[in-house]
Amino acid sequence: MREAEVIVIGAGMVGAAAAYGLARRGLRPLVVDGGDLDYRAARGNGGLVWVQGKGLDMAPYQWLTRRSSDLWPELAAQLVQIAGDIQYQRRGGVTLCLGEEELASREGTLMRLHNRPGGSERDFEMLDRAGLEKLMPGVPFGPDVAGASYCWRDGHVDPLRLLLALQRGIKELGGTLLSDQPVRAITREQGIFKVRTDKGMHGAAKILIAAGNGSGALARQVGLDVPVRPQRGQMLITERFAPILPLPAGGIRQTGEGTFQIGATQEEVGYDLATSVDAAATMARRTVQALPFLGRAKLVRHWSALRVMTPDGHPIYAQSESHPGAFVALCHSGITLAAAHSEMLADAVAAGGFPDEISPFHHRRFDVQKAA
Amino acid sequence: MFRRLHEPTPSVTLTIDGTAVLAAPGETVAAVLLRTPPFHARTTMLSGARRAPYCMMGVCFDCLAVVDGERSVQTCLTLVRDGMTVERQGKEQGRDLEAMA
Amino acid sequence: MSGTSDLAIIGAGPAGLAAAVRARSLGLAVTLLDEQPAPGGQIWRAIEARMAAVSDLRHGDDAAGLALVRAFRASGATYLPGRQVWQVEPGFSVYASTGGKSEKLQARAILLATGAQERPVPFPGWTLPGVMTVGAAQILLKTSGQVPDTPVLIAGTGPLILLYACQLLDAGGQIAGILDTAPRENRAAALRYAPRALANYRDLVRGLGWLRRIRAAGIPVVRNVRRLAANGTDALESVRYETASGAQKTISAQLLLVHEGVIPSIHMPLAFGCAYRWQEDQRCFAPIVDEWGESSVAALSIAGDGAGIGGAAAASLKGEIAAVGAAQKLGKIDSATVAATAAPLRARLRRALATRPLLDALYRPRQEVLTPDDDTIVCRCEEVSAGQIRAAASVGIVGPNQIKAFTRSGMGPCQGRQCGHAVSAILGETSGATMDAIGFYRLRSPLKPVTLGELAALDTPEIDILA
Repeated sequence: MREAEVIVIGAGMVGAAAAYGLARRGLRPLVVDGGDLDYRAARGNGGLVWVQGKGLDMAPYQWLTRRSSDLWPELAAQLVQIAGDIQYQRRGGVTLCLGEEELASREGTLMRLHNRPGGSERDFEMLDRAGLEKLMPGVPFGPDVAGASYCWRDGHVDPLRLLLALQRGIKELGGTLLSDQPVRAITREQGIFKVRTDKGMHGAAKILIAAGNGSGALARQVGLDVPVRPQRGQMLITERFAPILPLPAGGIRQTGEGTFQIGATQEEVGYDLATSVDAAATMARRTVQALPFLGRAKLVRHWSALRVMTPDGHPIYAQSESHPGAFVALCHSGITLAAAHSEMLADAVAAGGFPDEISPFHHRRFDVQKAA
Repeated sequence: MFRRLHEPTPSVTLTIDGTAVLAAPGETVAAVLLRTPPFHARTTMLSGARRAPYCMMGVCFDCLAVVDGERSVQTCLTLVRDGMTVERQGKEQGRDLEAMA
Repeated sequence: MSGTSDLAIIGAGPAGLAAAVRARSLGLAVTLLDEQPAPGGQIWRAIEARMAAVSDLRHGDDAAGLALVRAFRASGATYLPGRQVWQVEPGFSVYASTGGKSEKLQARAILLATGAQERPVPFPGWTLPGVMTVGAAQILLKTSGQVPDTPVLIAGTGPLILLYACQLLDAGGQIAGILDTAPRENRAAALRYAPRALANYRDLVRGLGWLRRIRAAGIPVVRNVRRLAANGTDALESVRYETASGAQKTISAQLLLVHEGVIPSIHMPLAFGCAYRWQEDQRCFAPIVDEWGESSVAALSIAGDGAGIGGAAAASLKGEIAAVGAAQKLGKIDSATVAATAAPLRARLRRALATRPLLDALYRPRQEVLTPDDDTIVCRCEEVSAGQIRAAASVGIVGPNQIKAFTRSGMGPCQGRQCGHAVSAILGETSGATMDAIGFYRLRSPLKPVTLGELAALDTPEIDILA
């Protein structure tokens, strides 16, 4: 049996970021990860570090997202030292609007966020067509593009390089990463959590469950009843091109490799990783409308991944009341929140409790909603 | 690198990087590339290394070239046509996308 | 968008053509889609055009091929050449691209007759212009009447090398030498399969004839060659290799043809969710099929080399058997017809496969073909080396999909058709896990690159997306 101060279950985007933060704090986390064919949102997501439009129905989420975006440059700088370029950029991002109606509706959404108590910091602006062309000169937008919303806090990163960098960081900073060891059971004996995998038993005084859609079943074993479900997102990626699109445009971004990444669907289909031509065609139509030249681009991959979705779409961070020392963290915005996770979540686990700013993310909020 | 056993008759004319080349109906663009110096089809987007048709059966994707303005065409699966323009595909490809729009 | 077929066959090689002819004779409405412009597959590529031009049937198989192509042309099957199938959805919807446009066909059953590809042969320098496969050179001979313009060097193992060498000599081409890479122990291991192979003595006689022809031509053959490497800056300039005694040799060359046998094309069956397994006797992954060729996906069958390498004659017979199975599944024939039709086909199939264990043992590729040295590029598309794969594996790699995510190996346009085999084998070497436990990349459509414009033009319902 391996003993550690803290065991992190899951080396996806949430678990790896938190474990990296824990390792930086000298806690030498033991990270146990699942198999190659597990449902891995961390390997299938779009790589946006995205703020604009988020948190419409939950002010703390708007705050957390902004906070993470602001922490990101420091995280990126650390990871570059460990693993080299992760293609992180924070030069702003746009959401393209097709037609005046979409542009007006977009402005309405962002203004509602802006006018809310605590939301007033103006990190966005609305751009008409001329403004958009001034922001990204020479990008051949389609005639239907009426304008865009722009947010300087937005950016993007290569999500796969990020994941690898976090995992490397964990190891370099004294943590341990055990692959291909899905956790079967969690028990507690004399204040020590025992985590059983197919390959052995591990023990720690604290555990952080960050197993994505697999978190529900594990968290229940330590008295945490977190509602979580998979939501399928399909994405497309084209062949490589020379740099054309300087800023990520929401569902369309040009990666550091030169490929164009396009996404994503939101489908309630349970644990089904199939892709569909209908979805590819829909995404292709919107893309070609926004950037007609991409009609000539060859599609190289089309994949799907399962978002880790909660009833209100916002993260869950909680510590068990019946099993103190057992924490759970899950969300579908693991890239954007990676910096928050490596700092605030790691701090919380290290300190043994969440600060006030994080308490609204406890899943008891759903009980309140149910009661109301 | 290769040579035809017989002159192509009847023949069609295509251009490779602007140079007119004779070919026989029914043969592939990749076959013509392999007898037309400097023989390669493309350079890679990463290192800029030259690549020539390798498998001739649609598996390796090293025979990609620009055919009649379309990028990344598998030339081993593309039959020659009279008047066809073929360009070896380079790293700079893609900057032209805007012009293609 | 076209109507519904009983059976959609993908691939117009021996298996697909024979299946189409048999399925038509059993009353099925058949549509056959093929990537090539004319029927015949790789083995009988451009056979109609070649036969019209020359009446040379020296290599025997061509006569059988022409007869089958003619029977197919007369069968009444709907033939759609020049189609790249890029997706099959359950039910079945087949999406195929031709001339920059995609069409969707419906079928009640699917037969994948997509055959084989040459085994990827990664070694230092294999991406240089001037290095090609023997199969590629043979296709050039068949479709363009094209031969190397200088004496060519051939390296590897397998019957195709012998066949191509003879065809090249016949055509007036020149061969600088053959570097035979079959390990010495292969011959001893193959001996025990020789008696069984006698059941198909005609194939044996033919193979011995090729060997005699090569010997008579005085072509230098170096045996037990290892550690092949191609050198050059913009194109091949020289080839280095190691002999059995450990001596390092370098010879100048402008064209090197390599071949280490063929393996099933597994991309389609894997993308469509068919179960597969490692076949150690042929050192490759192959889909799992039942005695009718049906895969783990109901009504989706695989026939021919795509379900395990057996050669053209076996492929034709497997295609026919799969057609009988499909007809039975679709309720087109009674069980008496099934039994009467299938039994003689199975007897012929056993004979056709009699030489296979001998050939598999004789031409078994050496280990370095599967797990090349660190300085060898494994993924041609994304230029990822075996060393990078091994380095990534050391971070805590759980399998080929994580390797793909962390190294980009397999993310290029060929979608792992060249690198996937080596990546899985390297993981096997580093982790000690079985090839079945490791598996292959998770494969996805589009199986061939289609443009976004082509997708956008499809007549499909809109799906909710996040813009």
